[in-house]
Amino acid sequence: MPALPIIIPLLVAALLAALGQWLPRRIMDILALLTSAAVTAICIYLAVISQHGLIVYWFGNWHPMHGFPLGICFAIDPIGAGLAALVGLLVTAAFTFSWAYFESIKSFYHAMMLVFMAAMCGLCLTGDLFNLFVWFELMTAAAVGLCGYKSEESWPLLGALNFAVTNTIAAFISLSGIAILYAYTGSLNMAEVGHTLANHPLDPTFTSLAMLLLCTGFLVKAAAFPFHFWLADAHAVAPTPVCILLSGVMVELGIYAIARLIWDVFSPVLWQQLPAIGDLLVIVGCLTCLVGGIYCYCQRHFKRMLAFSTVSHVGIMFIGLGLLGPKAFAGLTMYVLGHGMVKGALFICAGIFLHRFQSVDEHDLRGRGKSVWPMAILMIIAVWGLAGLPPNGTFMGQSLIDQAAVLANKKWVDWFIIFAEAITAAAVLRLSIRVFLGWGAGLEATAHLAPHIPMGPETKGERARIPMWMWAPAAVLLAVGITIPFWLNPTTSSVYFQSGSAYQAKVLTGSASWPIVSKQFQSHLHWHQLVVAGGALVLALAALLPRKSAMPFRVALAGAIRRTIRPLRQLQSGRIGDYVTWLVCGLAAYSGLLLLMERYL
Amino acid sequence: MKYPFRMIAFFIGAAGFAAVLATLFIKLPVDTRPTLVGDAANPNSVPLHDRYLQAINANVMVQRNVTDAVTAVNFDYRGFDTVGEEFIFFVSVMGGIVLLKQAEEKRKKPLRDAISAGRDVGPSDAMRVWVLGMVAPKICFGIYIVTHGQLSPGGGFQGGVILATAALIIYLGENFEMFKNIMSHPLVEVVEAIGAGGFVLTGVLAYFWTKPYLTDVLPLGKTNELTSGGTIAIISFLTGIEIMAGFVLILFAFLQETLVAGE
Amino acid sequence: MDPLVTHVGYAVAGWLLLVGIYGVVSSRHLVHMCLCLAVLQASTYILLTVIGFRPHLPAPIFTDAITPAQPAVDPVIAALMLTDIVVEATVVALLLAIAVQIHKRTGSVDPNKVNVMRG
Repeated sequence: MPALPIIIPLLVAALLAALGQWLPRRIMDILALLTSAAVTAICIYLAVISQHGLIVYWFGNWHPMHGFPLGICFAIDPIGAGLAALVGLLVTAAFTFSWAYFESIKSFYHAMMLVFMAAMCGLCLTGDLFNLFVWFELMTAAAVGLCGYKSEESWPLLGALNFAVTNTIAAFISLSGIAILYAYTGSLNMAEVGHTLANHPLDPTFTSLAMLLLCTGFLVKAAAFPFHFWLADAHAVAPTPVCILLSGVMVELGIYAIARLIWDVFSPVLWQQLPAIGDLLVIVGCLTCLVGGIYCYCQRHFKRMLAFSTVSHVGIMFIGLGLLGPKAFAGLTMYVLGHGMVKGALFICAGIFLHRFQSVDEHDLRGRGKSVWPMAILMIIAVWGLAGLPPNGTFMGQSLIDQAAVLANKKWVDWFIIFAEAITAAAVLRLSIRVFLGWGAGLEATAHLAPHIPMGPETKGERARIPMWMWAPAAVLLAVGITIPFWLNPTTSSVYFQSGSAYQAKVLTGSASWPIVSKQFQSHLHWHQLVVAGGALVLALAALLPRKSAMPFRVALAGAIRRTIRPLRQLQSGRIGDYVTWLVCGLAAYSGLLLLMERYL
Repeated sequence: MKYPFRMIAFFIGAAGFAAVLATLFIKLPVDTRPTLVGDAANPNSVPLHDRYLQAINANVMVQRNVTDAVTAVNFDYRGFDTVGEEFIFFVSVMGGIVLLKQAEEKRKKPLRDAISAGRDVGPSDAMRVWVLGMVAPKICFGIYIVTHGQLSPGGGFQGGVILATAALIIYLGENFEMFKNIMSHPLVEVVEAIGAGGFVLTGVLAYFWTKPYLTDVLPLGKTNELTSGGTIAIISFLTGIEIMAGFVLILFAFLQETLVAGE
Repeated sequence: MDPLVTHVGYAVAGWLLLVGIYGVVSSRHLVHMCLCLAVLQASTYILLTVIGFRPHLPAPIFTDAITPAQPAVDPVIAALMLTDIVVEATVVALLLAIAVQIHKRTGSVDPNKVNVMRG
């Protein structure tokens, strides 16, 4: 059973590839949809039955010999299985959306999406380091192929190139980390590596640097600052169903992998350095929030704006990760779930705009949304979710992270979270008002350097109305996102996730003692939500003020904004050499920072 | 960023990265003790970093009747990694074909033009005789490597590449026209998918014996015979045909797009 | 193993990694960039080889072995390298396909000149 979420999509993908030339398109769509629905159901079932402890599944029946693992294992807990269920849900939504989306070249689109889904599920469920690397590479390969799907124009190729090169370099740096850990511990199993490191510890400098090297691939995949440059390029050009997956869940998988490595492999050995590691992650998160938010507000291309808003929200997730503690981790889990739903729904809206108006440029679409006004409802609910207002999953996540920040004496991170939520909500709100109400004629100061990327049409068929298979997935995703806090509480799973010694004991010996969880975490309303809502409204409307009021104050403000933001914008240059330079410099800087913080904090 | 700034920033970052790597490599302990035979049943009787090595080397002939430990690790002990790796290959071939495809209506010159324009003339007679004479030995050698994977160095991946080069030298020895006539049959895609899907299905066999996925449930045969290893031999063969078909597809896509269409 | 040999091996692997990244950063031709990526990936092969080697021991092929438990070199490392090589080949194939198409669409292969998505 635990292997089924991987095997079924791979089998169906091979089947579709074999018969793709002879099968009608509808059969392929139905098969793909049924497969992704089945995977979602199986993952939800796995999440439910793993609640009382880890499920450990040894492939090939290779059980550990005297406590030493010989084969590959899946170590399934509710958080991993829940994330795999999120993957399945978003892939189902993507397949529904692409029901007649574009002409598929034989069966390549369906097969590649199914393999992509299998790789993401594999990454969530695995308990072996090299298996993690293999699924990571499979994810990258499938995503690159899908990004460059419409290769008639040159834009998809550039996005795919930046994506491929950056992620491959990061993956091979991670592989070097895995090799170095194997050289010392002689094992590739996560639990065994952690167990060996805890019982035969080396210099903490070595272990922390090895951990950072290992996490490089996942930091790049998670689009932390300064590794985030590739995300916007890839998003701007990928077909909409692929964007749903890239932003909704692939980026979050990087964060999940880092969390898994920190707690289940390294926390028993690095327990003294854990606060320093947490502080580094909080700094990474705050920088990412800032950078993502500023770039998000300055875009005019809807998909690129959403990509930068993903970067900004990833910053919030890193803050949640870095605050350590089960409450912050529970907040992170809820935030990932809520964010995935909202982002998926927003990308579906972008796809509908593309289908209907052949454009996703904010200024080209100004005022044209009046003919599709029901979509405004969807977009307002999505903005509500982006801002983390109750009763969304994002609200519960943010509230738990806030409470954890107070507990950890780091109240100042709240301001970064407020900034990220307010500015991303403001950007999408500004776009919605411009599209549906037609306000805000003329470019504003921040759109001065924004790239205007012409998008080719992605769909054929009549454009007079929006078919139900396009907006229904968005509505379903938003509904799930709003109702998640009512039926899901990740308290127990978070506490279990963070008990690294119990994880290792369960995998290696088959039995473990889990900590007792007495109280469930609850979300609280706070004045922060008001600040976020107010800030979003103010920032959105400020950009839409009529040009006529040419107060000198306003002209001066616009000039100041242009002058400060322009050098920042130059950094996102679109050149692959710059991105790789940032990767290397960022890695060196974070290593130095980590070592300094370990020594002096 | 301007180019000089980029290089300066890179050198500073690379210096830091080199320091990180140097720290890691220097602090990694180097064990100068010789590898002991140790206790075959207990991996903990050898030094830390030798444990996986010991566990596999001491037990592979006893547990699986195969003599090539590398193939056994690849297709049995860590067979699930190989499933993922096969599908990396599978999806990359697909991605390559998708990336190289031009829209049909934009194809500027048909195949005929390029050849009649004298661009694709073909090699000399001496080359043709020698190269085409090598096709059959290559195929035999490739099949030998694929099927003897569990006995001697080799296996599906290695043999599959040799079989694919047998296809490539048809292009080198003749011209693209003949390569296309032989290799563009839709059967090639079917064969690739059978190879990939077959591997996944071989793992499903284990479910009928109520064992976890990818357990080696077929009879293991005698050591040093072709039929040893159970599912290892089958998986090796399926991998071989998948790699061969995949490489033929990607070569065909590359050659078609660079030689033929509108260059 | 002799510490000097091991450290020289690690140094070569680290050097190749840095040189490969330098090549990607300073590249002015897309095909050159793909091959620098291959160099980068080759550094992991060397790292794995140095880690898996044991002095004076044969390969883990027991065709002529008399008793099962003979000490040999690490087979797991060989399996990892096999996976590594397949991944490298496929990634380079994908990137070369992208390079070919970029040249066809824009007429240029300089990664510094084909950027259009700035800001």
